[in-house]
Amino acid sequence: MTQFMDRTVIGLTLGFALVALLGVFVLPDWLMSQVLIAFSRALAVLGLVVLWRTGLISFGHALYFGLGAYTVAMLGKDLGVTEVLITLPAAGLVAAVVGFALGFIIRKYREIFFAMLNLAFSMVLFGILVKTEALGSTDGFSVEQPTLFGIGTEDSTVKLTVLFLAVCTVGWLSAVLVHRYLGSVLGSLTTAVRDNEIRVEYLGYSVAQAIHGKYVMSAALTGLAGGFTALALGQVDPESMVNWTVSGELVFVTVLSGPGSVAAPFIGSLLFELLRTYAFELVPYAWQLIVGGTLLAVIFFLPGGLWSLISKLGGRDRAAQPGGNRGEGER
Amino acid sequence: MKPMRYAGVVGAGLAAAFALSAPASVAAKDTVSLGIVAFLSGPAAGPYGVPGRNGAEMVIEAINKGTLPAPYDTKGFAGATVEAEYIDESGGNTKQVSEYRNLVQKREVDAVVGYVSSGSCAAIAPVAEELQKLTVMAVCGTPRIFEEAPREYVFRTMSHATADNIAAAHYVKEMMPDVKSYTGINQNYAWGQDSWRDFSLAMTDVMPDAKVSDKPQFPKIFAGQYGSEISALSLDDAELVHSSFWGGDFEAFILQATPRGFFQQKKVVLTVGGVSAYRLGKRLPDGVAIGSRGPYGILVRDRDTPLNTWFVETYKEAYGEYPSGAAYQYAQAILATKIAYDKAAEAAGSFPDEKQVRDALTGLEFESFAAPVKMALGNGHQAITEHMYGIVQWNEDAGELGLRDVKVYPAECVMPPADKTSVEWIEAGMPGAKC
Repeated sequence: MTQFMDRTVIGLTLGFALVALLGVFVLPDWLMSQVLIAFSRALAVLGLVVLWRTGLISFGHALYFGLGAYTVAMLGKDLGVTEVLITLPAAGLVAAVVGFALGFIIRKYREIFFAMLNLAFSMVLFGILVKTEALGSTDGFSVEQPTLFGIGTEDSTVKLTVLFLAVCTVGWLSAVLVHRYLGSVLGSLTTAVRDNEIRVEYLGYSVAQAIHGKYVMSAALTGLAGGFTALALGQVDPESMVNWTVSGELVFVTVLSGPGSVAAPFIGSLLFELLRTYAFELVPYAWQLIVGGTLLAVIFFLPGGLWSLISKLGGRDRAAQPGGNRGEGER
Repeated sequence: MKPMRYAGVVGAGLAAAFALSAPASVAAKDTVSLGIVAFLSGPAAGPYGVPGRNGAEMVIEAINKGTLPAPYDTKGFAGATVEAEYIDESGGNTKQVSEYRNLVQKREVDAVVGYVSSGSCAAIAPVAEELQKLTVMAVCGTPRIFEEAPREYVFRTMSHATADNIAAAHYVKEMMPDVKSYTGINQNYAWGQDSWRDFSLAMTDVMPDAKVSDKPQFPKIFAGQYGSEISALSLDDAELVHSSFWGGDFEAFILQATPRGFFQQKKVVLTVGGVSAYRLGKRLPDGVAIGSRGPYGILVRDRDTPLNTWFVETYKEAYGEYPSGAAYQYAQAILATKIAYDKAAEAAGSFPDEKQVRDALTGLEFESFAAPVKMALGNGHQAITEHMYGIVQWNEDAGELGLRDVKVYPAECVMPPADKTSVEWIEAGMPGAKC
């Protein structure tokens, strides 16, 4: 087991290092920007995967996504704080604190009730933001130019490269930490909770606390994702940060990626971004059809998500997967 | 082996993506490629996106053939054929920013024209500056674009939304001078909130004796059902109702309010009613005042100039209906870009580079399809035009919708001067307005 964990960590390290090198030396700006947005979203998807392994799906994580994005934007706008080493951790922290508070209510619910309760909370934030004219209502407002160690830049390529490297670093770190967590005793409870809560309680663990912990973790990751997206876009608004469609998109990418590995969200999210780009370019009048059709195909033919394809191609033994995980459709 | 496999998978994916990304062909010297962005799906496609796209398409075709009326009958943009790529504006701001980057960095267009939603424009403007690409905004309304920061690469070829509501206040004063109080029904999002703010502020300047109701209605955007709001407005003592509804919401409101006798009971001013006028036809009740965001659509249908006659007739022939506001506005953005290219080429004596085109567009004054346009605000990047309102009257003989009492307000009457933001100017009592 230990050996396997190390291998995953090494794989993640090599993968992210390769992406970072490709990004800096090979990829054109537009593609680097797509990787940046895709990996930002992947952080949130990673959070959703943590929940999904317990059999929980949230239709309302845009709440934390939006909190993260607006935290970064408002720190710059109202307090003049643009240092990413402060704003990004703050984004994760604000989301984690709210997630911790709401967790006391949400941890009692499962299945559709869990999903819908999250949706309800996220739409409350959406409603508040739409009515707040000081924050630009539905038009939102611009994010101040970010600085790193107090240094800012006007050059768009430099800014993009720095953000890109940052998202690669944070993505790598998050994936490794989540992987370690899933391998720990507490993390191993995920699947156990999904399979039989009563047995877990009899083993002496608190299911509520286990779920609460995962919930806070996913909230923090999603907040961080929102913060990165706000910096990448330079603009925050409720429609593209907090609306239910954002939650839906996160769930979409989660299903597309599959819960098989902590690397899956990054690959799935990038493919989703590229799929949408080419659908937009090739069929501007019906791009939604292509995107939706792809999800249907994945659900029908790859119930374990894209990752199951990768593990099949790689000839990996299912039992060797972390947590002995199975795809949703095979339950 | 396993680490290698991880790396291999990621690497293969990125390599494939990179291979796909190589530009298909480098644009030849004798073409100018335009990225044209408009809602092609979703609720804003019908009223704005599709007519806008049609207007752009029609004018580009005419420009390439050299069949625009004089003085714009030269072929192409400074002689170069125009190639247009159409992009859907829906999908949210995140998607729009990515797509904008793709247009500029991947498909390497020479300029981007379009955008209907204020949210898109606000998100795109800083990116356009960052990527240094000529971007001509066609329709979006928010005054913020040029008021919050100076722009070098971004232009907008029509007045912003402040003009709609100041002109509405002037029109109310002129046509309904005995109005003593007013209220409004606007969608609860930035457009609706800004419209009501500008209108009520302008009314305190123009008709200081009229009282504002304390119960203006703000239903959710795309709500579709307005029964309770209509009842609340009917119970309100205010005689005048202001609304900036558009598209499906506008039509739903009209259809639900008509059987309740709402339009016999209240005077109504609809700032963008012109957008849906042709779709509603006879169902748009007689006596309501409508605008169309400036001299566009039904307000200028009968204006008898060679450019306008050409526009209306060619559009009707091509698409089977009269051109609505967005068709004019997109066509105007394309026309402005053409004029800038031609003018820059003339000054340079050769095909102009991007900087020369932008310089030519800055502060440009030109005769558009229906009215003159002056790029007067935001250091010559934001247009001002005259503004119009009229009152709906069904023309039984022609079997089509007509307008009476059409009034024209000069640009300097309804748009702020260059040194003030819209809200500052209205709050100060609109000093220097030339009406």
